[in-house]
Amino acid sequence: MSFFKKLKERITDQTDSVTEKFKDGLSKTRDSFVGAMNELVKDYRTVDEEFFEELEDILISADVGVHTVMTLIDELKDEARRRNIKDARDIQPVISEKLAELLQKSEEESKLNIKENELTVILFVGVNGVGKTTTIGKLAHQFKQEGKNVLMAAGDTFRAGAIEQLEVWGERVGVDVIKQQAGSDPAAVMFDAVQSAKSKKADVLLCDTAGRLQNKVNLMKELEKVKRVLTREIPDAPHEVLLVLDATTGQNAMSQAKTFGQATDVSGIVLTKLDGTAKGGIVLAIRNELDIPVKLVGLGEGMDDLQEFRAEQYVHGLFSEVLKEADEAAED
Amino acid sequence: MAFEGLAERLQGTLKKIRGKGKVSEQDVKEMMREVRLALLEADVNFKVVKKFIADVKERAIGQEVLDSLTPGQQVIKVVNEELTKLMGGEQSKIAVAQKPPTVVMMVGLQGAGKTTTTGKLANHLRKKHNRNPLMVAADIYRPAAIKQLETLGKQLDMPVFSLGDQVSPVEIAKQALAKAKEEHHDYVLIDTAGRLHVDEELMGELDEIKEVTSPEEILLVVDAMTGQDAVNVAQSFNERLGISGVVLTKLDGDTRGGAAISVKSVTDTPIKFAGMGEKIDALEPFHPERMASRILGMGDVLTLIEKAQTNVDEERAKELERKMRTNDLTFDDFLEQLSQVRNMGPLDELLDMMPGAGKMKGLKNVQVDEKQIGHIEAIVKSMTKAERDDPSLLNASRRKRIAKGSGTSIQEVNRLIKQFHEMKKMMKQMSGMQKGKGKKKGGLGGMKFPFM
Repeated sequence: MSFFKKLKERITDQTDSVTEKFKDGLSKTRDSFVGAMNELVKDYRTVDEEFFEELEDILISADVGVHTVMTLIDELKDEARRRNIKDARDIQPVISEKLAELLQKSEEESKLNIKENELTVILFVGVNGVGKTTTIGKLAHQFKQEGKNVLMAAGDTFRAGAIEQLEVWGERVGVDVIKQQAGSDPAAVMFDAVQSAKSKKADVLLCDTAGRLQNKVNLMKELEKVKRVLTREIPDAPHEVLLVLDATTGQNAMSQAKTFGQATDVSGIVLTKLDGTAKGGIVLAIRNELDIPVKLVGLGEGMDDLQEFRAEQYVHGLFSEVLKEADEAAED
Repeated sequence: MAFEGLAERLQGTLKKIRGKGKVSEQDVKEMMREVRLALLEADVNFKVVKKFIADVKERAIGQEVLDSLTPGQQVIKVVNEELTKLMGGEQSKIAVAQKPPTVVMMVGLQGAGKTTTTGKLANHLRKKHNRNPLMVAADIYRPAAIKQLETLGKQLDMPVFSLGDQVSPVEIAKQALAKAKEEHHDYVLIDTAGRLHVDEELMGELDEIKEVTSPEEILLVVDAMTGQDAVNVAQSFNERLGISGVVLTKLDGDTRGGAAISVKSVTDTPIKFAGMGEKIDALEPFHPERMASRILGMGDVLTLIEKAQTNVDEERAKELERKMRTNDLTFDDFLEQLSQVRNMGPLDELLDMMPGAGKMKGLKNVQVDEKQIGHIEAIVKSMTKAERDDPSLLNASRRKRIAKGSGTSIQEVNRLIKQFHEMKKMMKQMSGMQKGKGKKKGGLGGMKFPFM
């Protein structure tokens, strides 16, 4: 049980409000996940093949990804054999430990790379309808609150109403939007935006792009060009390339991470729509296989519903019920 | 973690069986495990998979597979058949009300593609059914959602009803219906805001819209990339509203689309349309049997053939065939053929539809560059008429001129000429072969899986 205690101590150090919000957003995830887990432990008293099959199902239902689940299960089987664990209740902490291990591997990388006293350029990429524009609006709001001078570039010149959508966000949070008319070259918009950001001495430039499916070669090339233009104007830009992923997405998210990663050298992931019942388990698989860290999570539709990703809180959110039980056991 | 089709997955197991006189129950079990993994990788919900496997296993062990000479093929056949059955045998049409207008409500999660689909559906109704739909902008929450639908309306030159974002969606729907009656629209397409299925308040709003408009169709728009959660979403929307059909969007991506099976199995309503691209006419009827092949990673031959049928001019094809036989193919024909293939859609998409394409050497991760084809076109177009008819004229200086004229290099020109000659040679062989064998037997029915 020491693992849970350690985890809990570390979490209580952090601000409660953030933890609360995280817990709120994740409550549905947690309910279904932990509920299933507890049921599993109750139903099976011995750790056998059937137990592992059931566990496999639980992880798969969280969209963790077949490959990652298989690896995890194999490791757990070994662990159970090595420690001679027969009782299902004893293996529960081992399971949690493994999950946390996977997530915590690169926790320190979860911070956004923000330059002090010079322009930071953040490029947003992703497939259609994952919430890129909304995420940019939320992030602009956050930076604005921190007193930064923010600009947004309306790089989605393709979808009907996309520029207007960003403009509404601009008005809402009080940030200027650099745009051209619909149908123009997104790379040209980026060029304009960088020039404007330089002359206005902006601190942060948030670049929106049109959603595109990763198997459209031409559109991916367009994206490469957008990035190239940014790099040409400012050598170390973009400082962050954030891939926006919808938490409801299944195994295709892996393909998205791979292809967008190749085209634009993705530096982090924004996991959106985590306030539904979707479990976002694909995070585990992507970290495991591609080592791209999650940097931000979207937990709702409000302006403040974008949070920094914290692996510990994520696990806490997933396992808070289990934590409670661990606590009670410790008190006894 | 590359996606593997069921065929590739089964190969390992099949190798073990090869040489054995009979397939044991254990072998079937192992194959079923592979089937299960293939379905899970395709995002079919695990509960649905479990039930499905149980059904298939029963059928498979019930002698059908064991006595078969090619057990692997048999298993795939059984799985494919069962999947198709699960997805509902035939396509279904969009409803028509007894008394117009027919009201269609579009519902779903955020970002599923409701607004885009609304525009596509309006276009479909006008083009294919000669209807006169009115689109209704009832998404007052997402910034510029109304503007998005209005822009689509402008593109299509079709009316969009909106009252801005300060009026309640229920009121908008009510007024839109009145207006549609007044102006004799026979369809009313209501684009509602995306919402989480667990959002009590917003789900209640949908109830009210349903109340005041009594729609004939409530279409749940589902992103084809949705994972395990598709079951929860579909179930909630269905229990709350009683959906009448599903539209699966973003199917032009490289997702397997197992969500289709999940959704179908929990709602038991047909998948009516598939969104196949960002263009306004990229909405197609849903074909269950093709989806089954796609989920299993077996290619989509039927769509390929259909595309070829609609886009290739028959007369020209005949002419080409004659030329192939007599072997007087010219660069002009080459160009012609190229443009016909291009009409069928992006090449990489076509490749995806070919069964076994994933297994062909070199083709596996091929990224077809449409630009390359542009280069070829430019090269051919830089040739004189005489050169196109008689490639043997192409000496070094002519090649140099062509390279300059097309903005390519001599190497590229040389490569193309070489390819052209090889193609001619191949065609000669092919036409010779066909003559010898007589008519090739069986179209699709005789098609063998490429790996056996």
